[in-house]
Amino acid sequence: MSKIEVKNLYKIFGKQPDKAVELLQKGESKENILNQTGQVVGLRNVSFSIKEGEIFVVMGLSGSGKSTLIRCLNRLIEPTRGEIFIDGENVTDMSYHQLLRFRRERLGMVFQSFALFPHMTVQENAEYGLKVQGIAKKERERKACAALETVGLQGWEKNSPQQLSGGMRQRVGLARALANDPDILLMDEAFSALDPLIRREMQDELMALHAKVCKTIIFITHDLDEALKLGDRIALMKDGEIVQTGTPEEILTCPATEYVARFVEDVDKTKVLTASQVMKKPEPVVYLKDGPRVALHKMKDHGISSIFVLDKNRRLKGLMMADKAAEAVRKGITAIEECLEPDFGRVDPNTPVKDLFPLMARVQGPVAVVSEEDRLLGIIVRGSVLAGLAGGENEND
Amino acid sequence: MTNFRIPLGETVNNFFDEMIIRYSSVFDSISDVLRTMLKGSEEFLLMWPPWFLITVFSLLVFLLIEKKLGLFTVISLIFMYGLDLWPETVSTLALILAGTFWSLAIGVPTGILASQYDTFEKILRPILDFMQTLPSFVYLIPAVIFFGLGKVSGLVATLIFAMPPAIRLTNLGIRQVPADMMEAAKAFGSTRWQILTGIQLPLALPTIMAGVNQCIMMALSMSVIAAMIGAGGLGRVVLMAMETVNIGKGVEGGIGIVLLAILLDRVTENISKRFGAAEEK
Repeated sequence: MSKIEVKNLYKIFGKQPDKAVELLQKGESKENILNQTGQVVGLRNVSFSIKEGEIFVVMGLSGSGKSTLIRCLNRLIEPTRGEIFIDGENVTDMSYHQLLRFRRERLGMVFQSFALFPHMTVQENAEYGLKVQGIAKKERERKACAALETVGLQGWEKNSPQQLSGGMRQRVGLARALANDPDILLMDEAFSALDPLIRREMQDELMALHAKVCKTIIFITHDLDEALKLGDRIALMKDGEIVQTGTPEEILTCPATEYVARFVEDVDKTKVLTASQVMKKPEPVVYLKDGPRVALHKMKDHGISSIFVLDKNRRLKGLMMADKAAEAVRKGITAIEECLEPDFGRVDPNTPVKDLFPLMARVQGPVAVVSEEDRLLGIIVRGSVLAGLAGGENEND
Repeated sequence: MTNFRIPLGETVNNFFDEMIIRYSSVFDSISDVLRTMLKGSEEFLLMWPPWFLITVFSLLVFLLIEKKLGLFTVISLIFMYGLDLWPETVSTLALILAGTFWSLAIGVPTGILASQYDTFEKILRPILDFMQTLPSFVYLIPAVIFFGLGKVSGLVATLIFAMPPAIRLTNLGIRQVPADMMEAAKAFGSTRWQILTGIQLPLALPTIMAGVNQCIMMALSMSVIAAMIGAGGLGRVVLMAMETVNIGKGVEGGIGIVLLAILLDRVTENISKRFGAAEEK
């Protein structure tokens, strides 16, 4: 039996939903219905089923109804027609109290805007779902701490969410959802507000977490790369309808409609991916104050042959090659500036990957991705470009 | 068409005549409660020697709120004492505190209700507009009829005038809580009451505190008008000065009101800022 079963779900925003559903069933388009009746179609005959432990990604552009869909699952938005079964229980039939219990015990939700409570500490935020259930303080603390530890936030319990960075805030959001130990996680564009590096990190961590705790996850995104990376199966939505459901391979290789084909085709990856999406963490680096000996040591430690040199404001100063460093150590030179490589690749984060190839062919060593203020954002080696194109891992840590 | 006239005035008169006959005992008992409260707090404040109260107030402000403001409190209170206006100042203060207390006691819950029920808010809005724009003299008349000349009528008039901002800002503060936080609270299965007490009220607190500040200011601005129906206090000093064309006395009373206004405004402003800061933390 499937974990979640959605059958013929409709959502109409407006005062005459029945009329609109009728028209929809006659096959009228969304625009026509809006013009004729003033009713906005949110969802149109959506059906799908999700297996236990699956990551189900719902993808679509904004306005395609994906956020409406996820909110229908826990009835933050009341569906107009149709049924939702979770473990065979009919969610659409639940009374207010059944629904409260269901939301408390079975579902966790993570929001695009984080939606953390600013008047509570990180710990209190993580405890929120438990507190609502009336669980005793001790138990609450224990579970919330465990959840915070799972997302790597131990030591931040007493801070306020405003003191944290975007990535860390969303970790709190995730911890809040995990603390209840729900069997289903609803994630509404959970990583869309994060910058690319953090975002990829969070995606990796979510996958690791999923492998460990095996929850059923419904993940909403507008980003095809994210969908392909996370999804066991993907549902592509357009105008409130699901146009195709399938594994990432199926979506890529046999698109069901013109629309899906266009959506997928747009992913000529060398044009779409930018330097910022294939770069990896700028680690390790050395600072001007460090000597060539430190630089050499770090390179040895990480098995690399060149290393970027930064000043104390993390501005990029140059590239140092291992042989130069070794030579400097031998000669007893301590100032690192004297042995920097003059010619190395540097690009800004928006450079398309396509334009990286000639550069990488010309220069030696890795290419630096720098911000306008000359700060080192990330580095690109040949491997990371290929990994980026393959649509997979390039955090080769 | 020459004798077209809507008999609104007559109807209202009849209505109030009827009300007085039927409910005079109710109004009397309300009046008693309010009078005892007002008198009690005024007598309590006048029980202590002025220098003692001045020291206590200033120290409280100095230690709990802000040093500069504490200094200002000492100076302005001594100034008022020096003008020989101490009993009047205390009487006005008692009226304002009682007015504010009741405005909040009625206004904040009403505001909360309005924030939860759209229909109630829709009904309430014109009533609030009415209360705030109706010239205050108009409701002085029924106030006097129901509660007699004196402080209680003054208090009721103050209430009618000062309550709307408390209601409005409570309602506004709660409605301004971001939708995503409400969604998050709901998604975790909070009941309406849990959302109200755990999320909406704490987040609305700075706005509600602004309402408290507004409420006090409105109460103070009613003090002269309330003096017309015998509420006494600094307003009475101003009123007497007007009747006897005594410019000097008028200035004294006026400055007393201004100083009290600045003082109360700054104190409540600082307190609400502190709530705001706690929020940011």
